[in-house]
Amino acid sequence: METTSFLPLLILISSLVPGIMILLLREEQFAMRTFLNLFGAVAKVALVGWVFAGYLSGEEYNFIFRLAPDLTFALRLDALGLFFAALSSALWLITTLYAIGYLEGGLHRNRFFAFFSLCVTASTGIALSGNVITFFIFYEFLTLSTYPLVVHKGTDEAVAAGRTYLWYTIGGGTILFLGVVGLYAVAGPIYFGQTEIIASLISEYPTQLTILFFLVLAGLGVKAAIFPLHGWLPVSMVAPAPVSALLHAVAVVKAGAFGIVRLVYDVYGIGVAEEMNFLSVLAVFAAFTIIYGSVRALYQNDFKKRLAYSTVSQISYIALGVAIPGALTSTGAIVHLVHQGLMKITMFFAAGNVAETYGHKKISELNGIGRRMPLTMGAFTIAAFGMIGVPPVAGFISKWYLGLGAVEAGSYWVVLVFLASSALNAAYFLPIVYRAWFCEPDHEVVERLRSGRLETQALLLIPVVVTGILSLTSGLFAAVTGSPLSIAREIIEKFYLL
Amino acid sequence: MTGLPTSPLPALLVGFPILLAILTLFFRPGVKALVGLAGCLLTALLAFIAFVEVTQRGTVIHTPGGWDPPLGILLRMDALAAVFIGMTALVGGFISLYAWRYLRAQDPATGGYPLFWPLWLFLWAGLNGLFLSNDLFNLFVTIEVISICAVALAVLSGKAGALKAGLRYLLAAITGSMAYLFGVALLYGSTGTLDLDHLGQVLEPGTTTTFALLVVTLGLLIKMAGFPFHFWLPPAHSNALAPVSALLSALVVKGAFYILLRLWMEVFGVGITYAAGQLIGLAGAIAVIWGSWQAFMQTSLKLLVAHSSVAQLGYLLMIFPLLILPPGVTADSADWLSVTWTGGVYQVISHAIAKASFFLSAGIVIMAVGHDRIESLRDLVGNMRITSMAIGLAGVSLIGLPPSGGFVGKWMLLKGILLSGQWWWAPVVVAGSLLTAGYVFMLLRLAFAPAREKEPFRPVPKTLEVVALLLAVSSFLIVFPADYLIQFLENSEIFGSGIEAVLKGGFYGND
Repeated sequence: METTSFLPLLILISSLVPGIMILLLREEQFAMRTFLNLFGAVAKVALVGWVFAGYLSGEEYNFIFRLAPDLTFALRLDALGLFFAALSSALWLITTLYAIGYLEGGLHRNRFFAFFSLCVTASTGIALSGNVITFFIFYEFLTLSTYPLVVHKGTDEAVAAGRTYLWYTIGGGTILFLGVVGLYAVAGPIYFGQTEIIASLISEYPTQLTILFFLVLAGLGVKAAIFPLHGWLPVSMVAPAPVSALLHAVAVVKAGAFGIVRLVYDVYGIGVAEEMNFLSVLAVFAAFTIIYGSVRALYQNDFKKRLAYSTVSQISYIALGVAIPGALTSTGAIVHLVHQGLMKITMFFAAGNVAETYGHKKISELNGIGRRMPLTMGAFTIAAFGMIGVPPVAGFISKWYLGLGAVEAGSYWVVLVFLASSALNAAYFLPIVYRAWFCEPDHEVVERLRSGRLETQALLLIPVVVTGILSLTSGLFAAVTGSPLSIAREIIEKFYLL
Repeated sequence: MTGLPTSPLPALLVGFPILLAILTLFFRPGVKALVGLAGCLLTALLAFIAFVEVTQRGTVIHTPGGWDPPLGILLRMDALAAVFIGMTALVGGFISLYAWRYLRAQDPATGGYPLFWPLWLFLWAGLNGLFLSNDLFNLFVTIEVISICAVALAVLSGKAGALKAGLRYLLAAITGSMAYLFGVALLYGSTGTLDLDHLGQVLEPGTTTTFALLVVTLGLLIKMAGFPFHFWLPPAHSNALAPVSALLSALVVKGAFYILLRLWMEVFGVGITYAAGQLIGLAGAIAVIWGSWQAFMQTSLKLLVAHSSVAQLGYLLMIFPLLILPPGVTADSADWLSVTWTGGVYQVISHAIAKASFFLSAGIVIMAVGHDRIESLRDLVGNMRITSMAIGLAGVSLIGLPPSGGFVGKWMLLKGILLSGQWWWAPVVVAGSLLTAGYVFMLLRLAFAPAREKEPFRPVPKTLEVVALLLAVSSFLIVFPADYLIQFLENSEIFGSGIEAVLKGGFYGND
């Protein structure tokens, strides 16, 4: 534990330094910017892969720096953090490629890519945080680095969305700050995994620790978009597609969900959280959000807005999985961190491709789009089936574990929530799939079809195909060692053995 | 006072800038600025040497002419003084660089407000003298020097608005001085001493003492623009030239805070009640909310920044109730004292750096667009990348978001609040942060928004932009030496007769 390793720091630097360097470039330095982006993204994936291998062979990586007495910046790698880091770095690489294609010829590309890199630095920082305060530092850093991305277009609508986004996230961050300082005042510095600290104090300070749990939860609930703290998410859809993809699949909402997992498993401990009835409160909110998000999604005609409400609903699967005690639900929750990421990023890439290639932003305009963009919509269809829970796509695995766990825990109402949600998922995703493949295209756009060419730019097409295939294979080969599921099971075994 | 190592540095820290200030008077305007700048940079260098000296040798003293108090005066440089002197050097050094370029660009005809340099050097000498003083009368003299120079600097531009604001500033400063002096006279009358250490030992509780302490505190509150005596600050700070605004907000008001901190912790063990502590905390809390709200409502850039200073000073006042033990609490269990006062000092430093940067950036924007309506920030990001970054970083530090210096300061303040059990201050800190976020992001939102019409951004000397950015970056970099600074303060025996005595249960009666 005392050995210091600079590798975790290096993982952060691999995107932080390119981000800062890009900020200093001139707008027309396309080659340099692209080189820095890709170099950082590839280096990060390689570094995460390296430490993951090292971790599996029993290495420990810690980096600790004291900022003030009791205020220690600590990076520490554990299985859960690495899992999230691997997800962030892999999807960042793919999204970077996509963004290079998407923003070709756009304005302010330096600014965009700089903050894009900072944003991923924040999300890997969240993954690698070793204690509560480091988590908080990166959690706030994430807010700051995503704001310029949300307002990137600079239109009045984007600026207004940025304002909403900030009010929610800064408000949540402040509540979280209060909770975190409170935890330090009551319990001293808490490293993730030291659940014995709270366990030993809970009988002495039940009121304080209850208040603090819910303060922290509320702070995290904003980014995890749990009702009624979800309002920022649909609004911030005005951001460019790669940003939406990243916000929804990896960075922001996942930071909230990941934080809830940390709070319950690694700070308070499942035992305390269950005993004090914290989990049942979380379960009620999460279950309501699942249904609420799906119902709202039904009524959206804007493609990205429908996806956004779907995210509101899907992220709460993770929270609900955490809230129902039991190894199966926990496995489902953690594996859903990755599965939802893969499927949702596919959907946003697809939405971005359609909008970028044909300018269609409404679902009512998607008639016959599948014939013009078969690969894009093929990937979308896979992801949509996954979201609904059709085997063997990734989403089925998550839902299977969650549902099975709920039955095992005797929470039959949760099973009903899952069933209702799946039905709603089908109700709002299948119409898109149906329109895309089975409706006649509007005749005036047919002429724009040309044979012998890719359906859209290669840089937009490759990412969506890759993530579509990954959504399928991580479900199909879930039983294989090294799949997201197998890793999630190992993580959970550790929590439940303790 | 024997036994402490002596060093000539404390005397140099006061004498050298005075010498330079006089020297600049003999040069013609163009050269004056160069000599002044050189003097400032050398003073800053001297301060850093002195800082290192204290970290190496501990508290050092100097008795000019070799006369010990009470006959002579004593300059004492302990850890607290060293930190404040170091802060002044860092912020003052950057501001001097900025001023050198800024004043020349503003007023090329007369060589750029040549009087700025002697006044600023005198002011610097006053600040150093204040930090080094160890008796009530010296403190009075130094804070008078500071006030006079500050008022003169505030009206340097000669514009009508500045003169009017300067007059108000002068009246407030004089009232504050008179109150302070009156209290000091009462204390001297009842104890016969002005030396801080000695006073701490001989002061006895009683009506006179309590009254004297109240009057002294009142005077200092006026000088540091504590609510409700903040009325003079926004016009004075916003009407001054940009480098002067930065000096006033970042450094000058901190002088009064420094005296207040020293007196409350070192001397005023007797006579300060729990209720008085709560009252001053309440003033701070109102200042945080009111000042932030006012800042949020401003349409002029510099007024916004000035109101923000009122709010940020409020945070500093909020540490005082935590330093007074509530009835029935023994000093042994008061584990929040050290985190609170070191956190307060750290907050002073981080605010000084961030606010200086903010005012300097405001000056740049005004120079570029020609007026100071906040609308002028529209599309700043597209036109002035460096200044946008500076405003963003300094703003984030003011809000107290990680990983800035302001974050460490707020963290320590909030921790002190929660540990002391005076949880009712916590919502104020939270609300203050949100309001600060409100006005900072209002600026950033405009900076990102597209320009309405073709608003001309005139080119601005790069030096100015770089200095403002360097300060903004410093407001983040000070996170790295935070642990060192806080331990340096904690481990030093600064509050020899005050806080130590509190910890031994010596002073604070359970009233």
